[in-house]
Amino acid sequence: MCLFSEFDDAANLLAGNPDATTISIDEPSENPKNQYGLLQDSRREEDDELLGTDDSDKTELLAGQKKSAPFWTFEYYQTFFDVDTYQVLDRIKGSVFPIPGKNFVRLYIRSNPDLYGPFWICATLVFAIAISGNLSNFFIHLGKPAYQYVPEFRKVSIAATAIYAYAWLVPLALWGFLMWRNSKVMNIVSYSFLEIVCVYGYSLFIYIPTAILWIIPQKAVRWILVMFALCLSGSVLVMTFWPAVRDDNRRIALATMVTVVLLHALLAIGCLAYFFDAPDLNVLIPTAAAQNGTIVATKTQ
Amino acid sequence: MRDLKAVGKKFVHVMYPKKSSALLRDWDLWGPLVLCVSLALMLQGGSADSKEDGGPQFAEVFVIIWFGAVVITLNSKLLGGTISFFQSLCVLGYCVLPLTVAMLVCRLVLLASSGTVSFIVRLVVVMAMFGWSTLASTAFLADSQPPNRKALVVYPIFLFYFVISWMILTFTPQ
Repeated sequence: MCLFSEFDDAANLLAGNPDATTISIDEPSENPKNQYGLLQDSRREEDDELLGTDDSDKTELLAGQKKSAPFWTFEYYQTFFDVDTYQVLDRIKGSVFPIPGKNFVRLYIRSNPDLYGPFWICATLVFAIAISGNLSNFFIHLGKPAYQYVPEFRKVSIAATAIYAYAWLVPLALWGFLMWRNSKVMNIVSYSFLEIVCVYGYSLFIYIPTAILWIIPQKAVRWILVMFALCLSGSVLVMTFWPAVRDDNRRIALATMVTVVLLHALLAIGCLAYFFDAPDLNVLIPTAAAQNGTIVATKTQ
Repeated sequence: MRDLKAVGKKFVHVMYPKKSSALLRDWDLWGPLVLCVSLALMLQGGSADSKEDGGPQFAEVFVIIWFGAVVITLNSKLLGGTISFFQSLCVLGYCVLPLTVAMLVCRLVLLASSGTVSFIVRLVVVMAMFGWSTLASTAFLADSQPPNRKALVVYPIFLFYFVISWMILTFTPQ
């Protein structure tokens, strides 16, 4: 790690003063910014707030230098876990409470994408969904005479496949798509693959308490929870990726945003449908259920 | 015989966790292997092996414990921990001992009855042993982590023992 101490110092200086453009070593890079400043003047103010454009050049340069260890050494992978506890907690908070006008990546990640958050949030979500689904089914079918409790362990591997596939393949597709559009239209903002994985990983956090609350066997409650979680994390995703597609063709930009939110919704609704049985509709007739146990059971399937 | 004594001494260390560097220095994987196999064996005979949604199979328990321990060790090393790979595996494996004891108690309780009272007894025992496992492994592993990342290292250990406790608690004999 001593190899990177000098770069760490510089990165720390920049992270500490994101708005300062008056550091002496940065003067050469101020000129490129002013070259296309005329075109972007109208959007400069909101860009600065959303993107921190003044430091994006430098931090991306330093980001490239930070990860220069060869990929077969352990130190290379350690750079993806260079986060402290309070940073992870801040990122989780940022993904749950979207601040209007602030970009998650620029505000929290700042060229230090980590893989800790995405990996362990996905792992927790897998087990939260599997365990909550199992508990919810247990409570729903509790009184029925023909019911035998099973732990349904197979579902853990299914949940793991679905969630890890979403957390890695969708960012890959989105990154590929953004790279392709970047080659056609000059975008100010471009995210690295790891930053997109980071945003997606942290945006899944809201589904963990949602999955636990899905134990409540009321259809209305479950759907309200889905909508609420989708609004929160969907808005974080939209506010993150909108600057990256804004300069593009209007229809393509809108289609991209709609797809992002749609896939996010699909994951939630798919998990709800597959892991959680539909709650009983005939809970008001317990005596009839006791007498005609099997008939009622088949009716509510 | 000497190896057997070493394994026995480590079992005692886990049951009464004190910060002793002796446990960390002379690591061995015999204890974890014995515990893993016995836990996986005791989790067999659960409901409906032939149906799709049964309990975990032998291989699944084995894979979860070893793969989980490897992932947690990698995680703590990537976050900058100073403990070696096999030392960490050794500690995580040995700290499964309280949960294996809980599994034994659960099976005995289930032999007696399988109603609500037995469930409450099993719940209390499993929760106590889960707490013991997590505290024991944290006591051994926490010192080797950088101070501002301790929670990041402890959380996966918590998740790991929680999943094992869940498997133990939901075991229902056929």
